[in-house]
Amino acid sequence: MQNYEFTKEELAKIDKIIAKYPNPQPAVMPVLWMAQEKFGHVEPEVQQLVAKTLDLTPAHVYGVASFYTQYYKEKKGKYVLDVCTSFSCQACGAYDTLHELEEKLGIKAGETTEDGMFSIQSVECLGACGYAPMMQITNDVYVNHLTSEKLDKVIEGLKQDKLPEFEPIPLVQNREPAEEK
Amino acid sequence: MSAIDWKSYTPILIPNIKDYHKIDVYEKHGGYGGLKKILKDQTEFTPEKVTNTVKDSGLRGRGGAGFNTGLKWSFMPKPDGGPRYIAANGDESEPGTFKDRVIFEYNPHSFIEGAIIGAYAMSITTVYVYIRGEYRSWINMMQKAVDDAYEKGYLGKNILGSEFSVDMVVHSGAGAYICGEESSLMESLEGKRGYPRVKPPFPAQKGLWGRPTTINNIETFANVPHIINNGSEWYKGIGASTHAGPLLYGISGHVNRPGVYEYPSGMLITDLIHGAAQGVRGGKKVKAVIPGGSSTPPLRGDSLEGVRMDSDSLREAGSMLGTGGMCILDEDTDMVDFLWRVSHFYHHESCGQCTPCREGTGWLEKTLLKIKRGDGTVRDLDLLLDLCSQMEGRTICALADAAAWPVRYTVTRFREDFEARVKKTVYALA
Ligand SMILES: Cc1cc2nc3c(=O)[nH]c(=O)nc-3n(C[C@H](O)[C@H](O)[C@H](O)COP(=O)(O)O)c2cc1C
Ligand code: SF4
Ligand code: FES
Repeated sequence: MQNYEFTKEELAKIDKIIAKYPNPQPAVMPVLWMAQEKFGHVEPEVQQLVAKTLDLTPAHVYGVASFYTQYYKEKKGKYVLDVCTSFSCQACGAYDTLHELEEKLGIKAGETTEDGMFSIQSVECLGACGYAPMMQITNDVYVNHLTSEKLDKVIEGLKQDKLPEFEPIPLVQNREPAEEK
Repeated sequence: MSAIDWKSYTPILIPNIKDYHKIDVYEKHGGYGGLKKILKDQTEFTPEKVTNTVKDSGLRGRGGAGFNTGLKWSFMPKPDGGPRYIAANGDESEPGTFKDRVIFEYNPHSFIEGAIIGAYAMSITTVYVYIRGEYRSWINMMQKAVDDAYEKGYLGKNILGSEFSVDMVVHSGAGAYICGEESSLMESLEGKRGYPRVKPPFPAQKGLWGRPTTINNIETFANVPHIINNGSEWYKGIGASTHAGPLLYGISGHVNRPGVYEYPSGMLITDLIHGAAQGVRGGKKVKAVIPGGSSTPPLRGDSLEGVRMDSDSLREAGSMLGTGGMCILDEDTDMVDFLWRVSHFYHHESCGQCTPCREGTGWLEKTLLKIKRGDGTVRDLDLLLDLCSQMEGRTICALADAAAWPVRYTVTRFREDFEARVKKTVYALA
């Protein structure tokens, strides 16, 4: 079994986080995030580390970790591709995008490729409804306006550990010469 | 300025100014001027006066419920020397809603300034900014903006040399729609599962850590500096008389130019679709409009004439303004598929505390899936409406209502879609 620990620097950072709240308990979410960043998941052993660090019961930390979908309670692929299929995206072809992605990677939503590189998830609205279809990569970068070609490019990039670049939110009002209709 | 003149409207929440998100640029264009004005002359601008100015402006919350903001602030009890909090709601998770993210990216400082002014008006000691965890890039942007504001002396101890001090903490969620509900948000901030609390007590009496707390949406706060700078009369003159001010309209779905638009409140839905968003893709007809996020009842495409995006006009038309996140569905849309997906969302996001919500959202989804697969009967349509009646108004928070409304109104307003999908019932005579 792997031994999970925080470094001295990380513990100092955690102290700073705790100081932002009236008591240590609210630090549980930020520290779970830190742990997931470091270990890639928050499996029970990681939850125990968080509990020990913040002097909370493991049951409390488990309760929190299990309530929030972004914490990975089990190992996932190195890159988790979250395709939004909520109704605005659904209306703009998100399920076709999802199925295409499933085909390209040979797995279904909820599964991980055998080499541990990719997981696919069908998720709820990511707050990018106007730029559908879209996905988020491992709780981080948003990729808007997905097409078949764009999917290929993203996957090829990720295979070489290159995350797509940050896309600014497209501004639609008064930013371009008015297109009169 | 009225919504009729929308074509000549100049945005103030997302102004067309390059690098406005940077604190220097924001300052150069008068940013933090409202805060300075107040702190320089605190005998003139007492907390009560600031609260009253916001109240008189007619600003209503942009998080969905549309409550008068200044009135909400006035519910806070008198300071007793202990801590008091603002929880700024940036959870933005209602499907179809994507406007607060624009503020994080393009105009974080007007939010920060507005929240500091709110903090002054209510004698707040700490502002917690709760942002959904998926917005990681935008959480980082907000954190940077907050750090810059500290550096310039707009946050922290003795702001701009005054007696007034307030801290601001950016807090990341981790994927739970329910944490946008204000009492769930507070539970989450306290480091717990996001279970909504039974009300009363209301947050102003017993909020974060049992202390007086006010919750407002991000866009709500972003309006405040403009009200302080230009006065409540000026603000009242923008948009609809009972729902004053500019609105961020998030337009998604089958339009040519989806995105976030800023116009006065009370825009004609048809102007937003055919003007701002440049019409429906492929010149198709509008079948349905969801005016303000997935919980607001869909309107039929043939009932949009004259309907405006303000609470009164939408109530009359049989819906709600919600978050102003508007989705346009064209004539080819299957309303059964649509509604099943909406119900799937609410079932997935129910926190499970209340039986009518936990079981009801499950039954709604199951029944709709059955209809979608072609195995439903006409009686299932009645069952859906029955389920709604058993959910509405019977739970701790409004998620159950939010789940029931779209079902009730999609089934009744688009009944032909549902009838086309269900089996003809055969009554056997015994
Ligand atoms: C299920 C549910 C989800 C909600 N989600 C949000 C949200 O994501 N953002 C938000 O500002 N308000 C949300 N609200 C409304 C809040 O409870 C609260 O009314 C609002 O944040 C108050 O701010 P305002 O007065 O400025 O609108 C939600 C309400 C419910 C019942
Ligand atoms: S109505 Fe639903 S989401 Fe709200 S508290 Fe009850 S079970 Fe939870
Ligand atoms: S519906 Fe997909 S991002 Fe909102």
